Amino acid sequence: MNKHLLILGAGTAGTMMASHLRRKLPGAEWRITVVDRSDRHLYQPGLLFLPFGGYTEHDIVRPAQNFIPSGVAFVVAEIAAITPDQRMVALKDGRELRYDVLIIATGCRTAPEETEGMLGPKWRVNVHDFYTLDGAKALRDKLAAFSEGRLVVHVNEMPVKCPVAPLEFTFLADTFFRERGIREKVKLTYVTPLSGAFTKPKASKKLGHLLTDKGIEIVTDFVAERVDQEHDKLVCFDGREVPYDLLVTTPTNMGDEAVRRSGLGDDLDFIPTHKHTLQSLQHPDVFVIGDATNLPASKAGSVAHFESETLADNILLHIAGRPLKEEFDGHSNCFVESGNGKALLIDFNYEYEPHEGGFPFSFGPMKLLEESRLNHLGKLAFRHVYWNVLLRGWPLPGISRQKKKPAAMPE
Amino acid sequence: MKRIIAGTEVDVNEEGYLTDMSQWSEQIAAAIAVEEGIGTLTAAHMKVIRYLREQQAKGAALTIRSMGKSGVVTTKELYDLFPGGPLKKSSKIAGIPKPVGCI
Repeated sequence: MNKHLLILGAGTAGTMMASHLRRKLPGAEWRITVVDRSDRHLYQPGLLFLPFGGYTEHDIVRPAQNFIPSGVAFVVAEIAAITPDQRMVALKDGRELRYDVLIIATGCRTAPEETEGMLGPKWRVNVHDFYTLDGAKALRDKLAAFSEGRLVVHVNEMPVKCPVAPLEFTFLADTFFRERGIREKVKLTYVTPLSGAFTKPKASKKLGHLLTDKGIEIVTDFVAERVDQEHDKLVCFDGREVPYDLLVTTPTNMGDEAVRRSGLGDDLDFIPTHKHTLQSLQHPDVFVIGDATNLPASKAGSVAHFESETLADNILLHIAGRPLKEEFDGHSNCFVESGNGKALLIDFNYEYEPHEGGFPFSFGPMKLLEESRLNHLGKLAFRHVYWNVLLRGWPLPGISRQKKKPAAMPE
Repeated sequence: MKRIIAGTEVDVNEEGYLTDMSQWSEQIAAAIAVEEGIGTLTAAHMKVIRYLREQQAKGAALTIRSMGKSGVVTTKELYDLFPGGPLKKSSKIAGIPKPVGCI
């Protein structure tokens, strides 16, 4: 009997699941289909470097089909609605896809419309974003012409994809202006709804020091009520105001609109998901991976990678009618660009916040929570690892799906 | 760790949040509100606090967004009632854990 595994989304998570499961599911029994609205695969970490001229569009966009394994059908279409009760996904072109097992990997999107005034007439004039390709390109042109004034980097609301990216952007902006000899003419400010630079206390302290050392002002506990484009300022619900000449905002992140249309998400359209098995909490035949979940883990490619290893095993267990592994531990691993050709590396999970030490082994060669040139080179090399190893669903040498317990846990 | 608030011994974490919401009382709420600079709790404060406790008991994740859409209070009112970190302060007064909300 021919069964059907359907994967929604050909981004990082969806592509990795296709790679894993085409190797593991017998071709005679299981058809696999991947659906995505786009036929281009975007290397999202590259969006951080593109505004500073580090990468071009050519470096970070490839045909999605290149990464879909043979033996997997790739359908380019918009999803209309997901109906788990009928095990069916309707596409906007009228097609209906029935499935036996569904993996939702529809990611998240920026939703600037959620904040009053953000999408006003000065959107992409002096109110910019870099989480989209169009946004990053427009910002590159803007930065090239920016000679003096207040640059405000803003995070609107948590959670956001790659929560360190806005900080990295700020560090890179500091280097960018210094290398152009105009750093003293630019006032850099970082505005966040959090109480510090980052979500985890220890890393927050370290990253907060880096901001101060670079002469970057930090404004915390700031939840924007609106963007006042007439007077070029951010306004907080408590009345505080932050004026800008150039605003680089990270709008509210939400799940895909198809999730909302299908009534499967929470108030941000993220799907309630079991935090250790990745099974939908509502529908046993539905699994969720990557940015689309509501898990208390970072929305990041490394998380999707670690999840994919557990999820591939769990899909096989589910098909065999056996209990799922409660294995995923929230493992996240991120390079944090700190400017001047250096980077930090952080490694954490649901239980352990980022700590110091060697990585991936106790002796290194990389160092956690410490700036180094090697970490920066690691970040640059990662683009090749992404295309050639990660999307193919291969393990990363020395880096296990579950986080290694830190050698000595400081209290 | 243990702390005495309003004459009652309760368990708190290092940031002063109650670790067992059943140890809470309105007297404890009033005492924490004074410590947090909120002053005397009004009916409007208590409406928010009771809602937070109900949601926490249900296991719901609490965010400023979900509060603003709850119909109990608008985001603006939440800021007016609990200035300087509305959800952090209201949660502390309500005797529930500090909202994670952020990763």
